[in-house]
Amino acid sequence: MQWLANIGRSAIDTVGSFGRAFLMLMGAIIAKPQLIKNTPLTIKQIYVVGVQSLLIIVVSGLFIGMVMALQGYTILVGYGAEGSLGPMVALSLLRELGPVVTALLFAGRAGSALTAEIGLMKATEQLSSLEMMAVDPLRRVVAPRLWAGIISMPMLAIIFSAVGILGGHIVGVDWLGVDAGSYWSIMQSSVDWNKDVVNGIIKTVVFAFVITWIAIFKGYDAIPTSEGISKATTETVVFSSLAVLGLDFILTALMFGIE
Amino acid sequence: MENLLEIDNLTFSRSGRIIYDDISLRIVKGKTTAIMGPSGIGKTTMLRLMGGQLKPDSGDIRFKGESIQSMSRNRLFTVRRQMSMLFQSGALFTDMTVYDNIAFPLREHTKLSEAEIKTLVLLKLQAVGLRGAADLMPAELSGGMARRAALARAIALDPELIMYDEPFAGQDPISMGVLVKLIKALNDALQLTSVVVTHDVTEVLTIADYIYILAEKKVIGSGTPEQIKQSDSPLVQQFLKGHADGPVPFHYPADELELTFLGAK
Repeated sequence: MQWLANIGRSAIDTVGSFGRAFLMLMGAIIAKPQLIKNTPLTIKQIYVVGVQSLLIIVVSGLFIGMVMALQGYTILVGYGAEGSLGPMVALSLLRELGPVVTALLFAGRAGSALTAEIGLMKATEQLSSLEMMAVDPLRRVVAPRLWAGIISMPMLAIIFSAVGILGGHIVGVDWLGVDAGSYWSIMQSSVDWNKDVVNGIIKTVVFAFVITWIAIFKGYDAIPTSEGISKATTETVVFSSLAVLGLDFILTALMFGIE
Repeated sequence: MENLLEIDNLTFSRSGRIIYDDISLRIVKGKTTAIMGPSGIGKTTMLRLMGGQLKPDSGDIRFKGESIQSMSRNRLFTVRRQMSMLFQSGALFTDMTVYDNIAFPLREHTKLSEAEIKTLVLLKLQAVGLRGAADLMPAELSGGMARRAALARAIALDPELIMYDEPFAGQDPISMGVLVKLIKALNDALQLTSVVVTHDVTEVLTIADYIYILAEKKVIGSGTPEQIKQSDSPLVQQFLKGHADGPVPFHYPADELELTFLGAK
């Protein structure tokens, strides 16, 4: 009977933490906006989670684009269709790889940092001391980081896709000799603004929200010991990666599944 | 004598374990009240209850006659501007300089100009002897200095009540002496009401006006330092003199010796 009790307990814990996560989110976003105070804080966080993630995003985007061009070329050239390399690279990046790979990198680079930072603020009593100074940590610490994540990640994903397309150009056109004109013009004619670009951006906004939410909540809810924070950081990366992949399937099915 | 904070019949439990059972305390305005007791009996919890960060299971905590646990969140935040807490770790914001740490409550809660804030911050830092350390980051301070900087931040808004969580724990004798002198001086100069939670007996006996000793979920002794020293309670005496065994046992509750080492009796 012990295992049954354990299942019940973990179910209750899970539901409880969903409830706490929701309450934290409500406390952070449903509040009288304090634009003058919060804008500088949010900008600082955009620098931390966004600008400082730029290097890893650009390098990864470049390599992913290059690899796709290489793989795509070897397959397409067999059918004499290497001219379609441009749309292949662009569509895969805009629809799938841009949003998903950026999200996974963002979870590892920025999400884990957010969890560890907030968890340590909790462990060193900084959150408590904010509360005792009559400053709401949800508005002061949580809200700026949440907005910063939601604002920066879609931009990172766009940069990722753009750099990836350039990477594809370097390998496909400059190295393997695909015609530059067909790389660009067939890409332009087959990429649809609403269907491909906008849908990709919608995906990244959803991913950004989920990752940042998980990261901040895991830090805010962490057990304030070194062990608790390490566990929370791991869970942030694991849970947000899984959430991104699961949500990606659902979103893809909704956007591209049924014509 | 006017009470700034009154606690009546407080009962509090956490994850099924009772921490306090029907405790009543009085914090008299303008005095230093010490709350002492062995480690692990939830002295910090008492401060969090007083600050409204935790809610009691039953009983009443009143600040200036107003019940803390029935306040709305907004009201609680307003009331908290009149109290402040010195955390054991100092809890300085690690991403700001000492100067910005102390300016933080002023920037959050007042409309003072930066020039006025600068004057105030440097005055507070001068009071704790750290004016020269204004531009350092918290990580560059020693433990004693960090606690003094945190003290400067705690008095930035001139609170009426200041709560010290283990202010002497882990300090070398010199820092300890400095902190004792500071707490005393601040109390006299600013007419503050102080609550000091600690287990450092000698220091407390020199600064406290009134002492409560907590153990086993109850107040086991209270009175002025003189009354406490004269107390005939064996528990209080064990605590004051630091005997290893006594009413507070040396051994954590366990099975009988024979059972553990020799198997079944």
